[in-house]
Amino acid sequence: MCLKPVRASGCVALVMGLLLLLGTGCSGGGGGSQDGRITLRFQSLAWQQESVAANKALVKEWNATHPDVKVEYVQGSWDSVHDQLLTSFEGGEAPDIIHDASDDLADFAYGGYLADLRTLLPARLKSDIPQHSWDAVTFGGGVYGVPFLQEPRVLIANAGWLKASGVRIPTPERPWTWDEFRAIAKRLSGKGRYGVAWPLREPVSATLNLSLSTGGQLFHRGADGKVTVRFDTADAVVPRTVHDEVNTDRSASSATLGMGGSDTLPGFFGGKYAMVPLGFSYRQQIVQQAPKGFDWQVLPAPAGADGLTQGVSPQTLSIAADSPHKKEAAAFVDFLLRPENMVRLALGDWMLPTGTEALKDPALHTAKNGWATGAALASHLRPAPAQSVRGYPEWKDKVATPAFQEYYSGAIGLAELRKRLVRDGNLVLARYQR
Amino acid sequence: MKTRKGARAGQYLALLAYLVFLAFPFLWLISTAFKPARELASLHPTWIPRSPTLANFRQAFDEQPLLHAALNSLLAALGAAVVAVLIATPMAYVMARHRTPMAKAATGWVVVSQAFPFVLVIIPLFLVLKNLRLIDSLLGLVMVYVVWALPFALWMLVGYVRAVPAELEEAAAVDGAGRARTLLSVTAPLLAPGIVATALFAFISAWNEFFFALVLLKTPERQTLPVVLTHFIGAEGVADLGPLAAAATLATLPSLVVFAIIQKRITGGMLAGAVKS
Repeated sequence: MCLKPVRASGCVALVMGLLLLLGTGCSGGGGGSQDGRITLRFQSLAWQQESVAANKALVKEWNATHPDVKVEYVQGSWDSVHDQLLTSFEGGEAPDIIHDASDDLADFAYGGYLADLRTLLPARLKSDIPQHSWDAVTFGGGVYGVPFLQEPRVLIANAGWLKASGVRIPTPERPWTWDEFRAIAKRLSGKGRYGVAWPLREPVSATLNLSLSTGGQLFHRGADGKVTVRFDTADAVVPRTVHDEVNTDRSASSATLGMGGSDTLPGFFGGKYAMVPLGFSYRQQIVQQAPKGFDWQVLPAPAGADGLTQGVSPQTLSIAADSPHKKEAAAFVDFLLRPENMVRLALGDWMLPTGTEALKDPALHTAKNGWATGAALASHLRPAPAQSVRGYPEWKDKVATPAFQEYYSGAIGLAELRKRLVRDGNLVLARYQR
Repeated sequence: MKTRKGARAGQYLALLAYLVFLAFPFLWLISTAFKPARELASLHPTWIPRSPTLANFRQAFDEQPLLHAALNSLLAALGAAVVAVLIATPMAYVMARHRTPMAKAATGWVVVSQAFPFVLVIIPLFLVLKNLRLIDSLLGLVMVYVVWALPFALWMLVGYVRAVPAELEEAAAVDGAGRARTLLSVTAPLLAPGIVATALFAFISAWNEFFFALVLLKTPERQTLPVVLTHFIGAEGVADLGPLAAAATLATLPSLVVFAIIQKRITGGMLAGAVKS
């Protein structure tokens, strides 16, 4: 250390050396064009090994065939993308092409940070993706992202346990009703084992998305364009099922209510739970982590009055409004989302593509690892409720999350849940809609 | 006598319990880093991996540029520690030795500045650094880390300076030493443990810092270790646990090594016998 007087010159040398190294060797270049070439930065949130590989391979293929437009792959992270993008937008330093999820786009779209893609995208891509998927990325009349991957919630089941119990195995053509699901979960329970484990650390989106199957909307837009919260009979079916399974039937473990999806897997593999409602991509973890010989299968989530309909927040690709090369960025997005490439991305992420052409690929219709069951659900997926409702994040964090958590744990009843979601919720939304 | 022995035993027990409590997360992290995926998802977790594997380390290195990120972290943390100490030491000396209203106001400001949350300063800071062309630069990051570490470093060092008896400096002056000579030959060596402790604080806080690095560095080649570690985490908090634990284990090692090397400086007790009685 630079403490003694005799070492003062060494200390100065060390500091100068460090500053030189930091200043010259590692300073930012500022991006932009080099040698007349355009350089685009593509921030990807891919994180699983196969998914990162697929994204990087596609970037490499693009760069090999487009000498004038180089794409630079930048690794982002789901955990921090919102804060990181917000700061980058404010500072005018955002990546040109942005990977995110549709439920994160509203603030950025209304804030003018994202380019309206309506005139930038080719007709092929526009017509390949169904309108209900475009609805998830349409804000105030503009389109601010291309929805390309989506993930339904499914039931991952212990196949051996289900077979041994003799219950009817549901299919996308003949799914369980919510009442049937509750009865079967009860039948599978007993002796310290549970029919189902609900991982509901984040209870709001899971509840609202599944409630679309029963016709639950919760958010209703009036003629004046203002949104209000209502909690009707249809909205109560899914919450009541979960509540009763935990508190009345004891067919669902109360311990898992505070868990994330991954946390329930040890218990699932260990034979504590017969079924776990999880996102479709969790299959990858199951393939990696399940004990050898563990027999599992993918079942559709229960159906209600609106069939298998459920809400999803598709993964999206957007273009920054500040990007000086929007046309080139759109061309890269188009390349990345060609049907054959969309399939590669979907397989890498263990999700479903939104594109109708990509969805036809035989690789997505194999029985192995439940691909066929998931693919059969694709046409039933709709934008998650309230994606475009301003104030939804505050309603979710301050009102709905604690209310659902207390209801599911049995601390409050349905009337109190309704009161909080509606009365407190509308107070929050009103502040955003003055 | 028996009561005293009992109390001593109780103290040791409490200390042991505290050490176990502190060590548990790190030991569990190491254990996790060596477990294969199937063992990680076991309902009955074990301390010692049943089938230890290096696969998580291999995967972590294959997927992310960990060594490069570690080098970036090391440069940023070393730069922050050295510069923060160089700036804070003379400032602390002035604040400790000259108790003027200005020094008191400065101390008050230092305390208040600790209460600012990161999110409050990040956007103005981002814009300032952008104008200086220091976005996406380790030099810019080091400047931020220095500014962020400075108040606390200053606060720490003021205490250390006050612990050095002014009589020693007066004695050196009586013996004919000039101001500079007194500071360099008398005060600085006695301050060594404090300076080392402060440098350590600045190093570790910069080494572990995530948010500024996330926001200020764009190019993958310049990202620091905490930012790269988040690449093992997916949506809704799902994590690739094995590689993440392996990478996190490696990330903790430099802090431990630095601490092990310089801890003697902190506990050396260099003031012992400095004042003649």
